[in-house]
Amino acid sequence: MENLLNIFIKAIFVENMVFAFFLGMCSYLAVSKTLKTSFGLGIAVVFVLVITVPVNFIIENYILKKGALVWLGKGFADVDLSFLSFIVFIAVIAAIVQLVEMVIEKTSPALYNSLGIFLPLIAVNCAILGASLFMQEREYANIAEATAFGAGSGVGWLLAIVGIAAIREKLHYSNVPDPLKGLGITFIITGLMAIAFMGFMGITL
Amino acid sequence: MSNQEKEPLFSARNIRLLTAPLHKDNPITIQVLGICSALAITVKLKPALVMALSVTIVVAISNVVIAALRSYIPERIRIIVQLVVIATLVIMVDQILKAYAFDVSKQLSVFVGLIITNCILMGRLEAFAMANRPWPSFLDGLGNGAGYGLILIIVSFFRELLGSGTILGYPLMEKIGIYSTGYENNGLFILPPMALILVGLIIWVQRSKDRSLVEEKQS
Repeated sequence: MENLLNIFIKAIFVENMVFAFFLGMCSYLAVSKTLKTSFGLGIAVVFVLVITVPVNFIIENYILKKGALVWLGKGFADVDLSFLSFIVFIAVIAAIVQLVEMVIEKTSPALYNSLGIFLPLIAVNCAILGASLFMQEREYANIAEATAFGAGSGVGWLLAIVGIAAIREKLHYSNVPDPLKGLGITFIITGLMAIAFMGFMGITL
Repeated sequence: MSNQEKEPLFSARNIRLLTAPLHKDNPITIQVLGICSALAITVKLKPALVMALSVTIVVAISNVVIAALRSYIPERIRIIVQLVVIATLVIMVDQILKAYAFDVSKQLSVFVGLIITNCILMGRLEAFAMANRPWPSFLDGLGNGAGYGLILIIVSFFRELLGSGTILGYPLMEKIGIYSTGYENNGLFILPPMALILVGLIIWVQRSKDRSLVEEKQS
């Protein structure tokens, strides 16, 4: 349990998707103009990450990894399909995003109306594929750890986009040099936020 | 080079496709595409060069493939088709890197795979290749890859020079003897935040040189 909490906290603060790895920057910059929409997108990302990371973990460990197919029979012990991981992961993500969209549409129209437009965008959000690839690279021991990592990455991303959106709303009232307006100042603020987040480095529970 | 088509291979329009992304229409600083993978691998110049090259190849080839197939792709499933084409090319790039440049491939770690979700690819496929013939699409891909690479190289040049005092591994700062004057490497440049701030500064410089690029509405 302690271990899971550690992975979760580490994924939020120490290895924040946006500030440490620059993942999901495209939607981070494009959708962070107002607080409300950025919060909606953040929730959608958490949602998709919590589902896709464990699913990809199962696929990685029971189908793709070297020797993972051994449950089919002894002859499969040498099969190594890991070169297929990119294409399988992205297909799984695209399919799950589509599925999640349909489920939400049927069960909760209110949630669908607030998340609806963001869900298709998420399939090509680097943070989602990035989380699956990090999960593969770091070789988490079991599915609970992978889920904790997915949830933590999502919450970290949510935190980052809500933070920058709040700052950008305030920025309307400040006097920024013309050439720096819009994109330029957003980059620099993100850099400063990243420096602040570096204060969490080395934290373990 | 056969110039027998109606439009010559290097007409003014085609040349513009190639050069516009370098400055006026730069994928990173103007179109805001492909920032995701651009910044994490700019600590050293060499991985940045490899990354720029890989992205350029993948953009150019996937642009050609999608442009050639564009009238056969059903509207509803085009995203999946595009992703499959991109993912196939990226797997090829990844395998080639693993075979011939293993150390660089290790440094790039997950970011080779993340070329798949690099917004430059989807952005150019959606915006250009779906509506144009293969040859202009190829040039557009090359141009955008080069524009992306340009920013990567500028950022990684400064980060490697000021952060570790080397250029492509060559200890430049040590050779010119600057350390004896009390100069020290700035460790901040190796850390992630500095990449963001450097890109912000590049945007600042670019937009103050060319006022037409300034964003009207403040946000």
